[in-house]
Amino acid sequence: MKQKRSPLAFLRRIEGLPVAAVLVVLYAIFIITAPTVFSGYRIYMSFLQTVPPVLVCALGLTLVVTAGEMDLSFPAVVALSGFIFAWVFKTSNNAPWATWAGFALALAGGALVGYINGILVAKVHVPSIMATLAAQFFWYGVTVLLANGLQLNIKEVQDTLIHTIFVGRIGGFVPAQALWSLALAVFLWFILNRHKFGEAVMFIGDNAEVARVMGINVEATRIRLFTLMGVIAAFAGLLLTLEINVFYPTQGGGFMLPTMATVFVGGTSIAGGLGSIFGTFFGAYIIGSLEAGIVATTISGYWVQLVEGVVMGASMVLNVAISEGRIGVITNRLRHWGVPIHSNALDGVSEGDVASK
Amino acid sequence: MDEVAVEHYALRMVNIEKYFGLVCALKKINLDVGRNEVIGLIGDNGAGKSTMVKILTGVFPPTSGELYIAGQKVDLRTYNVKRAHEHGIETVYQDRSLGEKQVLWRNFFIGREITNRFGFINVKKEKAIASEIMVNTIGFRGKGITVDSSVKLLSGGERQGVAIGRAMHFEAELIILDEPTVALSLKEVRKVINFAHQIKDGGKACIYISHDIQDVYEISDRFVIMDRGEIVASIVKKDISLKALDEFLLEYSHGLRDKAES
Repeated sequence: MKQKRSPLAFLRRIEGLPVAAVLVVLYAIFIITAPTVFSGYRIYMSFLQTVPPVLVCALGLTLVVTAGEMDLSFPAVVALSGFIFAWVFKTSNNAPWATWAGFALALAGGALVGYINGILVAKVHVPSIMATLAAQFFWYGVTVLLANGLQLNIKEVQDTLIHTIFVGRIGGFVPAQALWSLALAVFLWFILNRHKFGEAVMFIGDNAEVARVMGINVEATRIRLFTLMGVIAAFAGLLLTLEINVFYPTQGGGFMLPTMATVFVGGTSIAGGLGSIFGTFFGAYIIGSLEAGIVATTISGYWVQLVEGVVMGASMVLNVAISEGRIGVITNRLRHWGVPIHSNALDGVSEGDVASK
Repeated sequence: MDEVAVEHYALRMVNIEKYFGLVCALKKINLDVGRNEVIGLIGDNGAGKSTMVKILTGVFPPTSGELYIAGQKVDLRTYNVKRAHEHGIETVYQDRSLGEKQVLWRNFFIGREITNRFGFINVKKEKAIASEIMVNTIGFRGKGITVDSSVKLLSGGERQGVAIGRAMHFEAELIILDEPTVALSLKEVRKVINFAHQIKDGGKACIYISHDIQDVYEISDRFVIMDRGEIVASIVKKDISLKALDEFLLEYSHGLRDKAES
């Protein structure tokens, strides 16, 4: 049976395109409904400043979800890394070299948290959602203890080179963190799609047993993956702390749900096996723009969450429909308008041609 | 046996034993597989077939015994899945050979990617080789399946074909087909058997494990029958008809042999 080619089938081939389309439509709606806010460049610059920390976490989480795992501990790493950086900077009397030492130590702290998560998941076989939930509580606890529950004000960091490099304003208005997060997205896209580590991650998420019998070191890959996630979350914490010039013990606490929503809106399925880095990239801007955008349209504040839920739900339905090839079903249905269609037509190429002599 | 004689075998197992705690799973297994021989390995559940396969493929080591591949003695302490691949032992499992959501070209090279020194995959080269295996080794033609198709679009028989083609590409000495036709329709089983014939035609050795006596009979040169961790019989195809083999096996499964012996 010949597969009915949907006119929209090509959408599947371009990574993140449907999510980008949702983002464009969303901004178009905002421009129409809130022209005063959304026709100027300022609102977009503000998104480029606020979205990157969540985006960076979500990029790391995309790899973790692709491997069929979950990490709930990254908000605590955002806090811990911010603390380490701020503490090193403060205790060394705001010395410029301390910014780099603090930066390196913060990333190392994230790596340590991630490594321990990895050991628990890969070696002790604690399901990752459980192990990292415990880690989330534990590392927030550690951070609060170390900080004595106090915030650290580091406004002197504004005059340092590291501040200019990571969160400076390029050309006077483009936040540097937006470019760093874009660079990270490009880098992780290559790791996931063009590096053997990424291929191992995909196969493990697809079927860990297959990966094992094909000679992939499943345990080592999982440990590396969680370590990488820890480093990435620590980087997100550094971007946040540098941007706001202050560490506070509950920072990152609000990241959990937006980050997960970003990954799922971006088209990476919780089922594992496949991940969309660029989907996550555009997804972060959808999630990060929603609230401000809805508020700007001046509808009652009570509607904000409801509309957010609708947009997220619609994006996820769109992603599932496209990834399962059901976009064809939908367009065919529209064409036949209610006439039931034969299900075989949709099974596609099950009758492959195998030469048997 | 001297070293020269060993060379004629793709695989030689000498007194291989495996204990799980006190339970003996394999008892003094001695098996030679010729360079271009297809062995049909038959036995009931629990006969030790899959334990033997796991030892051969490096999933776990035997408790004692020696293993030779193409005349070379294998160091069993460092033997693992990667080493088995290096030695030329490839395995096709009933359902864990391919990553379902992954595209075909990735499935051909998973675990031994063609990379540069930084570990980045040479996609162009992998795709070209995968495509060449698809057309020339396993004979996929037309109908829209390319190296960019994901495995879930393939039928069960075609998936096994891909796994067999992959094994042949990597210059296997010995290809183990571990129940490759379980849960397949008759038409798909036919495809798998055709692929298995190509192993023989390609000059490779093969161990074919199946419950289906008819399939085993068609493609094997010799039948090795296992029961409760031991090899109980080895019969060359020309010495036995399908019917006689079937009856022979029935005697085992009904325990008649035990009675006759005791």
